[in-house]
Amino acid sequence: MTKDKIPLLEMRDITKRFPGVLANDRINFRVHEGEIHSLLGENGAGKSTLMNILYGLVAPDSGKILIRGKEARIHSPLDAIDKGIGMVHQHFMLVDRLSVVENVVIGTRPPGYPVFRKETAVERVSRLIKEYGFEIDPLSPVHLLSVGQQQRVEIIKALYRGADLLILDEPTAVLTPSEVIELFRLLQNLRQAGHGIIFITHKLNETLEISDEITVIRQGRVVDTVLPQNIDRAGLASLMVGRNVLFDLPHPVFEREQRVILDIQDLKVVDDRKIETVKGVSIQVRNGEIFGVAGVDGNGQRELVEAMTGLRQCASGSIIIDGVEVTGKSPGEILAQGVAHIPEDRQVRGLVMGFRIDENLILHDFNKPPFTRRGFLQHKEIYRWASQRARDFDIRPPEPRLKAQQLSGGNQQKVVLARELAKQPRLIIAVQPTRGLDVGATEYVHRKLMEARSDNAAILLVSTELEEVLSLSDIVAVMYEGRIVGTMARDEIDIGKIGLLMGGGHVD
Amino acid sequence: MEIIFTSDFLINLFSAGVRLAAPLLMAALGEIIAERSGLLNIGIEGIILLGALFAVFGADFSGNAWVGALSAVITGAILGLIFAFITVTLGGDQVVTGTAINILALGLSTYLFRLAYGLEGSSHEVEFFRPLAIPVLAEIPFIGPIFFRQSLLVYLAFILVPITAYFLFRTMWGLSLRAVGDHPRAADTMGINVTRTRYLAVTAGGMLAGLAGSILTLSHLNIFVENISAGRGFIALAAVVFGQWSPVGAMFSALLFGVADAFQLRLQTISKILPYQLLATIPYILTVLALVGVVGRAYPPKSLGTPYLREGRGS
Repeated sequence: MTKDKIPLLEMRDITKRFPGVLANDRINFRVHEGEIHSLLGENGAGKSTLMNILYGLVAPDSGKILIRGKEARIHSPLDAIDKGIGMVHQHFMLVDRLSVVENVVIGTRPPGYPVFRKETAVERVSRLIKEYGFEIDPLSPVHLLSVGQQQRVEIIKALYRGADLLILDEPTAVLTPSEVIELFRLLQNLRQAGHGIIFITHKLNETLEISDEITVIRQGRVVDTVLPQNIDRAGLASLMVGRNVLFDLPHPVFEREQRVILDIQDLKVVDDRKIETVKGVSIQVRNGEIFGVAGVDGNGQRELVEAMTGLRQCASGSIIIDGVEVTGKSPGEILAQGVAHIPEDRQVRGLVMGFRIDENLILHDFNKPPFTRRGFLQHKEIYRWASQRARDFDIRPPEPRLKAQQLSGGNQQKVVLARELAKQPRLIIAVQPTRGLDVGATEYVHRKLMEARSDNAAILLVSTELEEVLSLSDIVAVMYEGRIVGTMARDEIDIGKIGLLMGGGHVD
Repeated sequence: MEIIFTSDFLINLFSAGVRLAAPLLMAALGEIIAERSGLLNIGIEGIILLGALFAVFGADFSGNAWVGALSAVITGAILGLIFAFITVTLGGDQVVTGTAINILALGLSTYLFRLAYGLEGSSHEVEFFRPLAIPVLAEIPFIGPIFFRQSLLVYLAFILVPITAYFLFRTMWGLSLRAVGDHPRAADTMGINVTRTRYLAVTAGGMLAGLAGSILTLSHLNIFVENISAGRGFIALAAVVFGQWSPVGAMFSALLFGVADAFQLRLQTISKILPYQLLATIPYILTVLALVGVVGRAYPPKSLGTPYLREGRGS
């Protein structure tokens, strides 16, 4: 390391307080030229706040930012761009309807300003695209590009503005395994060219693989700055979480009679644009078994789940739950079959964010005794029951009168679990059950799913987190472009093969 | 009914249609600029009304129609700024704010008008923009009398169509404006000042709506009558949607509504059976039908109607 050289970026004693939270507490952080520096931390640890301060989106309460040793005042993204800072946001900052070129040049002053000289712009952007070996049509509207391509447009945007310090916020969250490899290759090229790169992540393997240096943040403070060669996954995890983390849950094998609980035959579903996105899927899930569906987002998983839960019509095929045909039934009728649904987006479909915890917990049964008598809600009874559930599921704080929106993501998910698992379901449909959760909450959700498995429930797990699918499932299926392109039992799992299938490759 | 198909009738009808389309078009162009930045200003109805009144004030006190038009523009700018302050700076609800402007304009225009001209139904006549025949072009049969014997403000409305389109789609400013309307956060991260963009857009929109009001009083009638806008602001809003937020689209929509209006006015004099109140509803019914027709096909700017606040955690 070039420790004696003046760092490209130095952040000194950055402090930022939000109402009720100390998001950044005297954080010190430096990045050198030609260095990939990981910023590792759980959700809510303060990584994003720190980077938003650096990018001028959030004003710090105190602290200094030095660029190449000189104090820099960054009050807006424009200042940051001027100082050579570029940011690739986790949720891409791209205007869908505009073309690649338009997205790249927005806000700049190309020759001819204020007239937009399209040909010149296309030429300049094409040159950059070629230079980095991308394959992107500069005139294509951004929404027609794949997620990986969109990310490259984001990187081009930063490079077009002459960024020498790149911030990448959770860049691998949306990529397939092969796209991750490509991204890493690109980052290594950029490092070689002398760029400084800040890599924000909570994924331990990737951090260890790509970083020159790792700074770990927990609860707004820098816990440690380490070199990847001096630490392993478990060490990093305990730095990040503050305690030891169990990575691989025990996966006990039970001797018991199994029968098919969920039986889907040749299901076809169309999406809102009338395009067939589920193209004949057949799945059988048995009791006491976790059936994991892996795949990159947008390969028909959403429509498949919506069809199973009655939220979307099926074009053809059949869905049978424990011997009862439920194709075309309403969500209420399907849930009455003993189905629990842990939906993809807990804030939209899992919870009513403006409702209190207790109200959210009784959403299924609010109109039945003991919660309702003679048409009136029985608040005392509801409160007592909800308090019990909150304790059982370790919802923090265990106060049922809080609104769902006042809870952290992990605790919101616990409310969903507390409601869905309350009724001893025969079938659990869990979609992205740990998306956006920190390591601790993820571990909790996984344990609860394993418990349900021990209790003989049939579980369909749909997730884009490959690690999650692999660690929990008895059977792994890969979904690609509306089809199940491969299925394998736990003892015959081949990660390379799965990665290939997820990207649309063929396997003999 | 044969009377309808004489060429005199048709020329007369379409030239009136173009004339009646002009204020709709002018207001719609302003609204396109505002909505492309993400601000839904339904207050243009009220801005048109106050613009019409202040145009008369200006023309009356100065004896010059140009001063009238300028007063209307200034009135619109002030109302646009008020709208921007409430919705952008304070983050207020855009529909409520727009409605408030409409209610305020209705009351205020009536009050100021009566203060100035007493309790009579209309102002006295003021200097106005007379029809201006464009040499050569005005002589073209059929086309000439329809398009090229109009007043200056009517020409201006149509000239603004290509200018607005060029601004939106061929300048970096237009690109920024569209980015702000579709994804303000993305625009912000690219160094575009979202607040300033929205202020400018809705102020420009207000100016054009005010000028649209002056067409009613300084070009169509040369007097002001209470509630002279009579829902034209809302029809202009419909023209924006029907025209899919494009200036050229808005022009055709405005022409459609303008001709429909001209047609019903003529039917009123011909028809002995249907009451005129019923005929007067034709442009409005057409508006509803037009909107039903584009439901599901229109893609408004994505951030339309939602305030943008930067500070805060996460996205």
